[in-house]
Amino acid sequence: MGSGEPPRRRPWFLRRKSAGDALFDAFNIAFLFLFSLTILYPFWSTILMSLSDVNEVSSLGLHVWIRHPTLVAYKFAMSRYGNVPVAYANTIFRTVTGALLTLVATILGAYPLSKRELPGRNGLTVFLLITMFFSGGLIPSYLLIRNLGLFDSRWALILPGLAGGFNIIIMRNFLMTMDKSLEESAFIDGANYLQILIRIIVPLSKPVIATVALWTAVGHWNAWFDALIYLKSENKIVLQLLLRRLIQEMTLLSEQMNSFMAIEKTELPSAAVKAAITILTIGPIIVAYPFLQKHFIKGIFLGSLKG
Amino acid sequence: MTNAPRKTAAAMTSDKTDRNGSFAARDLKQPGSRWKLARKMWMLYLFFLVPACLLFIFNYVPMYGVLIAFKKFRIASGILGSPWNDFQNFKDFFATPFFLRILRNTVIISLQRLVFGFPAPIILALLLNEVNHMPFKRVVQTISYLPHFMSWVVLAGIIIEVLSPQRGLVGVIYGLLGMDAPNLMNSRAFFRPMLIATGIWQSVGWGTIIYLAAISSIDPEMYEAAEIDGASRLQRAAHITIPSLVPVIIILFILSIGGILNAGFDQIFNLYSPLVYEVADIIDTYVYRVGITEMRFDYSTAVGLFKNAIGIVLLLGTNLVTRRFSEYGIW
Repeated sequence: MGSGEPPRRRPWFLRRKSAGDALFDAFNIAFLFLFSLTILYPFWSTILMSLSDVNEVSSLGLHVWIRHPTLVAYKFAMSRYGNVPVAYANTIFRTVTGALLTLVATILGAYPLSKRELPGRNGLTVFLLITMFFSGGLIPSYLLIRNLGLFDSRWALILPGLAGGFNIIIMRNFLMTMDKSLEESAFIDGANYLQILIRIIVPLSKPVIATVALWTAVGHWNAWFDALIYLKSENKIVLQLLLRRLIQEMTLLSEQMNSFMAIEKTELPSAAVKAAITILTIGPIIVAYPFLQKHFIKGIFLGSLKG
Repeated sequence: MTNAPRKTAAAMTSDKTDRNGSFAARDLKQPGSRWKLARKMWMLYLFFLVPACLLFIFNYVPMYGVLIAFKKFRIASGILGSPWNDFQNFKDFFATPFFLRILRNTVIISLQRLVFGFPAPIILALLLNEVNHMPFKRVVQTISYLPHFMSWVVLAGIIIEVLSPQRGLVGVIYGLLGMDAPNLMNSRAFFRPMLIATGIWQSVGWGTIIYLAAISSIDPEMYEAAEIDGASRLQRAAHITIPSLVPVIIILFILSIGGILNAGFDQIFNLYSPLVYEVADIIDTYVYRVGITEMRFDYSTAVGLFKNAIGIVLLLGTNLVTRRFSEYGIW
């Protein structure tokens, strides 16, 4: 402290720098800028492509803007290609239902485990931990879904993930750090565990509830593999799977015809439509992004609390 | 800083439960008091029953289902009714030419991910740490997390577009050089480097979070003292920042060794095509094709079990080795 003002408090441009430092800073900032561009540019060019018409798409290269933005591709995607509105509804259904039910199962699992004095607590914890280290793998899970009669049911996407060891442990850790005095006085007033859980525990654990909910919601929004193997009906398809199918079809087409013009002549499905569906798929994530980012990061550190 | 209130909260609760605990402990001295306590807390067991049933059905039943790896599975006879077949599924697997191919691809892709992908977030965190202009740093961080929130379906679509010989950036670059662009997605030489590079691109930003948190917990006085002693920026990074990251690095390294046979199913599955199976087909994609597409349930379960067993051995082994040579370990 004797050195006066510590150097890190001073604004960056007022610091004294050696020539080497300045050079390093310049390279560092240039590198980080370019790195950011490699992430932003592909997304930006997808947006541009989704806004271009079929003729413009073919001439699109390294562009920063397009001359005649149009919503033709979006209109086409919503009305004529596949079942985009249906897929949207299905994705929203699995996201909302999945996140809500996961929260219920997580809280019901975490609250008992957070009670140090609960007889048999260690056994229950081990029962939970085992599922985090061992799994039956793809095929036994697939056969189970078929045997349960969940094949081609929306619930096949929701039920298997409801109780997750990771979520339960994170919430348990959070509950264990909570002040127990409110709970105890409620007990003295004659409340039972269910009343305490609903009236006291849930309202006090909003941060961890938000984190687990967002975590699960983003997971459901982005999930596609379970839908690929468990669902058959067209009217149950989810957005990610629809997009995947479109990408695969286009790749296959371009391999078979080996000529871009050929694709454009078949007209369907054009690159602009693919871009439009991509934007529709990631739109909600982008909109919620600042919020998501904050809570996701919080979750990482909630998980590292010692219990 | 953030640790202090947390610690007091934890201390307070442990205090409280100690008081509770002593009450419970007094009860425990009497015979049957454990039962009394359990009876008092019956509702909590009822709560736990909900996730327990789900875990039993969706996690434990499939573990039992792994038995079909050792059987000749007939759907009509069920798991128990199907006859044992003397490890025939494993023998079949080791005898196919696919065995070497997918094992080689899995190990090569994973090792390349480890060699190039593991240090990447450490380097990026160190570079970000050297940025003194806070708004710029925050913007770069925010942008760098973005791909983490996207599915590999979306990312693969975007990557295919960028590499597209007709419309993509790659097509433009080749065009400037006056050449016809090759289809890089179908190139065996190019596919693995593309996987590794796009894998790093997707996860490096998110990976920095834990390192940046570790860096921010370093006492600033150490840097000030070093600066007064005339340590250059590089020396401060090498002698203060990096050593304080070592525990985090070791734990993450052990965990990534345990997952080394997870070569990245989602990414590969959305990017590969039969043209590049030779270099891109890994254990997981093979299990999917043989199990779900060809419906050879017993055989593909055996392949999956082979992978999981090696993964667990690797995790335990690395943990053992690191514990022997350092004080760190995950348990």
